[in-house]
Amino acid sequence: MAMHKISVTINGAVREAEVESRLLLVHLIREVFRMTGTHVGCDTSHCGACTVHLDGEPVKSCTVLAVQADGAKITTVEGLEQGGKLHAVQEGFTEKHGLQCGFCTPGMLMTTSALLVRNKNPSEQEIREAICGNLCRCTGYVNIVKAVQYAAEKMR
Amino acid sequence: MIPAAFDYHRPETLDEAVKLLKKHGDEAKVLSGGMSLLPMLKLRLASFAHLVDINRIPGLDYIKEKGGNLCIGAMTRQAALERSDLIRTKYPILADAIPLIADPLVRNRGTIGGNVANGDPGNDQPAIMLALGATFVARGGKERTIPANQFYKGLYSTALAPNEILTEIRIPAPPPRSGGAYAKLKRKTGDFAVAAAAVQLTLGKNGAIERAGIGLTNAGLTPIEAVDAAKYLVGKMPDEKTIAEAARLAAVKSSPSGDRRGTVEYKKEMARVLTTRALRKAVQRAGGN
Repeated sequence: MAMHKISVTINGAVREAEVESRLLLVHLIREVFRMTGTHVGCDTSHCGACTVHLDGEPVKSCTVLAVQADGAKITTVEGLEQGGKLHAVQEGFTEKHGLQCGFCTPGMLMTTSALLVRNKNPSEQEIREAICGNLCRCTGYVNIVKAVQYAAEKMR
Repeated sequence: MIPAAFDYHRPETLDEAVKLLKKHGDEAKVLSGGMSLLPMLKLRLASFAHLVDINRIPGLDYIKEKGGNLCIGAMTRQAALERSDLIRTKYPILADAIPLIADPLVRNRGTIGGNVANGDPGNDQPAIMLALGATFVARGGKERTIPANQFYKGLYSTALAPNEILTEIRIPAPPPRSGGAYAKLKRKTGDFAVAAAAVQLTLGKNGAIERAGIGLTNAGLTPIEAVDAAKYLVGKMPDEKTIAEAARLAAVKSSPSGDRRGTVEYKKEMARVLTTRALRKAVQRAGGN
């Protein structure tokens, strides 16, 4: 079995691991690094609960090999908070009741925090398009959209 | 879900990648964006002893005009195409389609090379390449070009040899008075098309159609080139009657199978409707009526 020594920068910290070729990035994060904020939902690249930033771009970590992230910068939901202060999207989801069960929330936060880097003032349509690869089965998305609008305003 | 065990290789040059493919033959598979391959491996619908990851090979990620062609490197991600001004302004057929491929997170990883080389008739870009008359550049022992309409051999089966890698997509730059469009019906984000049609047209000075290309997505075991419909259009004025007949001919050429996305009859009818819509839009964009 081929093993690979990899090194990633996750939420600012350099971490090393020895991984099997077939280990998925989401399992590296959850099971090797024991950071369980990133969720496994559908496990078939539909639901987006496993979304993390890979070199700044939101991707579904259930559909990336851990070894492919060698040398990359990864940000997970644990890395959004800075210096004890919630990220604006985290604050938005709290203020606008953007979650019920919370299972999709880490993915929603990662996708929308990346959206707001690229687009400071997204329209409702642009927000809905950005999160169309993140499924929420509780909220009907209305409050999620409001939460992102709250965050966008806060960040401007 | 965990894929069956395999060895992972990360060549840094094309030569090295080709060498690995040659060594491992059909036990090896090229890993590009991985958005189709990794789910297939996880679902154990496929397994390969070796994955050859081409993500770190420099020089495969570009969108440029060269020698009368639009040249797109195989490792160009869908997100990069989606943000390209060149694509948006000059290749509306691609600009129509890309936002309808999977979802934005998948498009951040998925590549155009993977989309066209995977050989899945549900992928959107193969039909577009048929409509555009594109050519694919492959590197094995040496480089060769394969026209898109000779590339698709069967379900997940293409003209690529086991030791070949698709490196570039070449699209002839459309002459003035050209227009293209892609019309797709899908049930929801992330689903493959129930039916979809790609159309690329060029109008002559008198307003008649000079060249036409039509491709259909998810309408058979391979992407379908609606040759008869395209031939019928040439030399004719692009009026509603002509468009209706061409769309009918295209639908005749489709041979979808019935599944949870619809019956055969429904899908053939949708192929007709979507070809009509794509034709109308292409004509409009070409500056016709």
